[in-house]
This record gives sequence, C-alpha cells and structure tokens, in this order.
Amino acid sequence: MTAEVAGVRVPPMTGSHDLRAIKVVLHRELLRFVNDRTRMITMLIQPILWLFVMGTGLGTLVRGVIPGIDYRTFMYPGMISMTVIMTAMFSAGSIVWDREFGFLREMLVAPVSRGAIVVGKCLGGAVVATAQGVIILAMAGLVGVPYSPTLLVTLLGEMFLAAFTITAFGVLLAARMRNMQSFFGVMQMAIMPMMFLSGAMFPLANLPSWLHVLTTVNPLTYAVDPMRQAVFGRLDVPAQVDALLNPGVTWFGWRLPVILEIGLVAAIGALLLGVAITQFRRAE
Amino acid sequence: MDAAVAVKGLKKTYGKVEAVKGVDFEVAPGEVFGFLGPNGAGKTTTISMLCTLINPTGGTATVAGHDVVSQRDRVRQNIGLVFQDPTLDGYLTAEQNLRFHAELYGVPRSVVDDRLRQVMEMVALWDRKDSKVMTFSGGMKRRLEIARGLLHSPRVLFLDEPTVGLDPQTRSAIWGYINKLRLTEDITIFMTTHYMEEAEFCDRIAIIDHGEIVVIDSPEALKASIGKDRVQLQTGDDEKTIALLRDRFDIEAAVHDGQVTFAVVDGESFVPRLFADLGLPIRSVSVSRPSLDDVFMSYTGSTIRDAEAGDGNAWMRAMARGR
Repeated sequence: MTAEVAGVRVPPMTGSHDLRAIKVVLHRELLRFVNDRTRMITMLIQPILWLFVMGTGLGTLVRGVIPGIDYRTFMYPGMISMTVIMTAMFSAGSIVWDREFGFLREMLVAPVSRGAIVVGKCLGGAVVATAQGVIILAMAGLVGVPYSPTLLVTLLGEMFLAAFTITAFGVLLAARMRNMQSFFGVMQMAIMPMMFLSGAMFPLANLPSWLHVLTTVNPLTYAVDPMRQAVFGRLDVPAQVDALLNPGVTWFGWRLPVILEIGLVAAIGALLLGVAITQFRRAE
Repeated sequence: MDAAVAVKGLKKTYGKVEAVKGVDFEVAPGEVFGFLGPNGAGKTTTISMLCTLINPTGGTATVAGHDVVSQRDRVRQNIGLVFQDPTLDGYLTAEQNLRFHAELYGVPRSVVDDRLRQVMEMVALWDRKDSKVMTFSGGMKRRLEIARGLLHSPRVLFLDEPTVGLDPQTRSAIWGYINKLRLTEDITIFMTTHYMEEAEFCDRIAIIDHGEIVVIDSPEALKASIGKDRVQLQTGDDEKTIALLRDRFDIEAAVHDGQVTFAVVDGESFVPRLFADLGLPIRSVSVSRPSLDDVFMSYTGSTIRDAEAGDGNAWMRAMARGR
C-alpha cells in the first residue's frame, strides 16, 4: 500500500491483547448488572424468603433439638451459596441471550481467542455473583453471625470461587443452547437437585446412606461446606449441635479438610472452563 | 499493488448442495465492489467465507493479504463487518457498544476517543452516544453498526445487504457515508445487494446466480455490453402492433406494464423508421438505455425479482436471446 493511511492502525496481537479482551467482556457484564436493578432485586428475594420465612418457620420446629443456635444461622451459609449460584447461572445464561440477539457474533468474529471471551464471561459472572452475595453477607448480624473481618474475607473468597465454577458450568451448558427457554429449563433441572443435595437447606449428618452418597458426589456440596465451616468456626455452639449441623463432608469415614474441598471446587471450575472453551472453539 | 481481496476457486458445499461453486475474482484496493444476485445465490455464503465465519470447502481466498483459513485473526483485524441482522447490545449505550468493539479489536487507547467521535459524527449519531441502543430505530442501529465496523480502521469493509429493510432516507444516507468513505479513508468496500439501484454505485459488480459468478465488470460496461435500448410504445391496438413488429422488423415484443415493449439496437434512430413503416397509430413512445435490470436479465435469463418471485418477462427474454 502506497496511499496515505487515514485513521488508526491496529497493532499485531499479543497476549496483552487477549487480556484486554478478557477485561472488556468482564466490564460489560458489570455494566449490564449495574444497569439491571430488577434482576438484582429479584435474585435477592428467593434467598431472603428462604432465610427469614422458611428459616423462621422451620426454626420454631427444631428449636428443641439444636439448643443454643438459631436455625437461620445454620441456613445462612447455604443461602449465601444459593444467591451466588443463581446469580452466576443467570450471568452464564446471558450468553444464550447474546446469541439470540446477535451480540455473541460481534464477540466471536473479533480477532481474539475464544478462551479470552469465555474467561471474561466466567470472571464477569463470578464478580457479579459475589457482589450479589455481599448483600446477603451484610445481613449476617440479623441471623447472629458476627461481622468478623477474617470471616467476611474468607466467605468472599469462597463465594468468588463457587461463583466462578458455577458460571463455567453455565457457560458450558449455554455453548450449545439456542434459546433462553431451553437454557432455563436445563438449568432448573441441573441446579435444583444439586442445591437440595448440597447441604444448603438441611444438615448432611445422619442421612440414609443413599442420600449420603448423592451428597458426596454433588460438586456443590464442596462449595457450600467451606462456607458453613467458616461461619461455625466463629460461633460458640455445643459440640453435639456442631456435630449435627456442621458435620463436614466425609469420604468413607474420613472428614475432608476445607483446603481440599476448596481445591476440588477450583479443579472442577478449571475443568469446566476448559471444556467450555473447547465447546466454543468447535461451535463455529 | 496487492489485491484487497483475492479469491481462487472458492467453494462451499453443504452436504450435496453446492452453495458456492468455485468462484474466482479480485478486488483492487480502494474499490467499491458489489455482489449482485437474488436471495439464495450464494452471496452471504461467499462473504461469510471471506470474513472467516465459515470455512471454505475448497479453493483459497486472501483478504488484505492474509489467508482466510490459516491467518484468520490477521484477516479479522483488518476487516470491518456489517451484517444483515443487528449485532448490538441493546442494553448498552451507543458509545459503550463502540468502546467494547475498540477493546476487542485492540485499538490503541490513545486514539480511541478521537476515532470514536470521528465515526459517530460520520453517521450523525454523536449526539445520541449516551442513549441505550434499544431505543434506536432500525436505521439508527444500522448506522451505528457501520460506525462500529469502521472504528478499527479496517482495510476492507464488508457490508452484507447494508440497506435491506431500511426507509429510503436512511438508504440514501448510508450511500452518502459510503461515498464519503472512499474519499476520506483508505478502504476497500465489499458489499452484497439485490437492489439494482445500489449496484449502480459500485465501481465494479459481480453478478452471481446459483453459486456462480456470471460476469464481473463496471455497471457502465455491463450496460454497454448489452448493446440494445429498450423501446416502449402506447398504441391503440397492442396485439396488432406486436404482430406488425414481428412481420416488418423481425422484432419480438410483448406487453409489459401496459405498454408494448421491445429491445432494439440504437433505439433513437429506430423510432423514425417505426413511425414511417408501422402504419398504426402510436400514442406515445419512449426509448431508454439498458438498466442493470436488463443486464441481469441478459446474463442470467431472468430478472432478479423473477429469480425471487417467478414472473417471466418476454421482452427481456428477447434481449437475452439477442445477445
């Protein structure tokens, strides 16, 4: 080309370019979240209902069995995870929405790797879900959980990790979905049993063996348990109540340390992310 | 100077259907090149291969000097795309949509602000930059997409049916931008259309039908290649006129739009002979140069509307035969 060139020249791509792509995809998720107040509020209603209506109602029923602790305190970490999980899934579902409305195409025809887009999306979902979880976190005092800085930081970190893994799972589901209805159908089908079996709603101690097996193969269990252990670590409850409400996860009688649970969630997240990226590479 | 787009034997088959049957062409830098053909002729398939959206079944293509298969990201960096369907995020503002694009395409930060303003002013949307895109009309969205397609200063801008479904005002505005672009930017424009009036604006057009390129040339050259003018008559007795035209002048005519219509070499000098020899009253006569419609008809045997709707037109068929 000999002609004088007007406008800008885009430099050749580098790793920092992919980093920029990750950042902007993440930035868009945040913009969308901040602009969408309705979603923010509706996402909060469900766990608040569970916590304050179901929690209070069930609490009166089981008060005699668990002296010295409010049942809502038990439910609290579960409700944090529920909020985070639902928000993360919705964020992932926006990929289907983007596909329906054409915006996904704008992203997929850009000179960036599929990986950057998927990673940006998962980070976006994780940040948004963590932000949503912060609102529940702020209610700790209402259910007798102390506002200890280390506890809050621990919960934030665990929330973020759980949210990232769930978003990766959601993005993987969304990779082949063509419309929102089917995505939400599949999502309900996958998330509901996982939620029920995760220990978010009832303690995992003294379960019949078939149910115990199901809870230990459920990946969500390993996301909920660290949060519960963090909360119970700050509470002063009688030993037998702790054993009942905070039994941890056991494999053949061996109680898993929290760090291993967190490692499992991170590993599952990385695996799902990898599969999601391959799905998007292939989906062209 | 290297070609902006160079295509050799490019082919795409879906199962047994040959959507594009091995096309060859080159587009020079700075050219406005049009793909003209009915819906389903293979225009969008070809453009999608050039934009690296789908992989060719066979053949090669380079865009801005980069191979569309092996150097996909280099191609993508150097092209701007405006699709038939909108690809904007309605929940973001116009400016946010464009900034998203600038980041994805790696536009240097120092120039983003100036360039953003430049392209948005070009499509007269600068004063609406803070509005959410969902409040935009179809025409505004298309204009914004054109601005976005230009944001990273692509070497080649691909426009797939850029004016389809738009009101006449927006259509002429979009052509205004395209004409301005060829003056102000060092850019090649590759577009598809099935509007004849729009193909007229192109430097060269390729007529594509059933997955094959039938002819490539400038609109003027194509019209000249037909060599016949269109004559339309209003008469008192159309049938008799047609019969007499056949007997005395060996011309096949037909009634079209309520007028006896036929094609003839050098129409202006034919008209006096017609008046002298026909012996029937003629109420009015008009002679016109061939249009791109005639060109399309002449090369493909049907009008572009016929190809989409299926209505024959005898005088045009006569033209096709006479070529």
